[in-house]
Amino acid sequence: MSRELEIVLNSIWPVLKAGLAVTIPLSLISFAIALVIAVITALVKLSNFKILKFIFSTYVWIFRGTPLLVQLFLVFYGLPKAGVTLDPWTAAIITFSLNTGAYASESIRASILSIPKGQWEAAESLGMTYWQVLRRVIAPQTVRISLPPVTNDFIDLVKGTSLAASITIAEMFMIGQQIVAFTYEPLAIYSLVAVIYLLFVSILTVIQGRLEKVASKYI
Amino acid sequence: MDIIVKFKEMNKSFQNHHVLKNINVEFNKGETTVILGPSGSGKSTLLRCINLLEIPQTGTLEIDSLKVDFTQKLSQKDKLLIRQNTAMVFQSFNLFPHMTVLENVIEGPITVLKKDKSKMIQIGEQLLEKVGLLHKKDSYPSQLSGGQQQRVAIARALAMEPKFLLFDEPTSALDPELEGEVLKVLKALSEEQKSMILVTHNLNFARVAADRILFLENGEILFDGRTDEFFNNTENERIISFIQSMQFI
Ligand SMILES: Nc1ncnc2c1ncn2[C@@H]1O[C@H](COP(=O)(O)OP(=O)(O)O)[C@@H](O)[C@H]1O
Ligand SMILES: [Mg+2]
Repeated sequence: MSRELEIVLNSIWPVLKAGLAVTIPLSLISFAIALVIAVITALVKLSNFKILKFIFSTYVWIFRGTPLLVQLFLVFYGLPKAGVTLDPWTAAIITFSLNTGAYASESIRASILSIPKGQWEAAESLGMTYWQVLRRVIAPQTVRISLPPVTNDFIDLVKGTSLAASITIAEMFMIGQQIVAFTYEPLAIYSLVAVIYLLFVSILTVIQGRLEKVASKYI
Repeated sequence: MDIIVKFKEMNKSFQNHHVLKNINVEFNKGETTVILGPSGSGKSTLLRCINLLEIPQTGTLEIDSLKVDFTQKLSQKDKLLIRQNTAMVFQSFNLFPHMTVLENVIEGPITVLKKDKSKMIQIGEQLLEKVGLLHKKDSYPSQLSGGQQQRVAIARALAMEPKFLLFDEPTSALDPELEGEVLKVLKALSEEQKSMILVTHNLNFARVAADRILFLENGEILFDGRTDEFFNNTENERIISFIQSMQFI
């Protein structure tokens, strides 16, 4: 067996373990919070509450307009200067949820806007309140329409968690770097890391396909 | 006859565009009124003002004992009550695509009127039978023809047991042979003395189904009277030329 192959085989489990123990939970937790933030942000931006709209638009503007890596550094290394010291996981989850929330809010807002005006009118003409229209008519259609763009945002998040290495979190990429440091096999090891990301994202894509089928049964 | 919908000195503008001008009109219980008029004359807007999809700037609207004054801020409660008492059927059907035919029909009564679901399923099935679509109750709207979708929309409106049924060009999006099946349902409702207001371009339908015609032009009511008076009218040049132009199409 060649030396490279042996190193790669020996590295699969350490890298995969970091994926299962760090990348996946970090992605899932951040995404769950991001979804809540995204729905609230989308609804506020579609509402008539001027001040709230301004606040949430500013939030989206900042988090879409600055690099994720800079955001991570600001929260983890910058905030302690302002008296707020966060452990790496907390800093990562806060940054990733806010960042993905900003993107996903735009995906959801665009999906809501793409629902024909006639759907609102038909529901309102039955005498539904705003919340009833949202819950019974708009939300179920939004889920279907926003599934592809929101999954995209999720995929970006999964890949983006590799940046957590820079704030001392031992996720897949950092484990890969450590292995490279003593094996001097960057090509083989970083390829391995890339393949495992690809595996995770492929699983997500398969799940997306299933969900789309369920959500589109009425089409 | 009991009046149940009444506008007094109602005005509606979009930005600077004065679309309905000092409208005074009453609609009677049990009657079918057809609103005619050239495109852009304000027919849809008048209809939409009845169930407050559009809100006029001035004037009053009475529906039975409900009364709103548009110069005051409209309360959410009045708005919902008026909407529950008037059901709208749209040109583009606007069925809820994620619900089955039966779910579409019972959605309003269950969510808005808090009716009992099993009871409403029975009523919903009866209404679908009435529009000839009971066999499609578990289909989704995307699986129906336009004419079938519009008949479901009519059943959905009837399920609310509204005091007034409003139709905005209900057959304009349909092929002629599909138009017939919808008009038949409308004609039957009219014969049952349902209170209906329709905007349509179908003069033949107006002739046979309407008790009364409202002719609108430029946001003003030029004619408000019995159907035979409208069609036999020999004085009003504008109406004569309108009828002629429609018949040459
Ligand atoms: N939402 C709107 N915003 C601006 N103008 C409108 C709107 N709805 C209708 N109008 C204008 O009001 C006039 C009457 O429209 P409408 O009631 O739809 O006429 P009709 O149904 O008789 O064809 C038209 O000039 C139309 O352009
Ligand atoms: Mg119209």
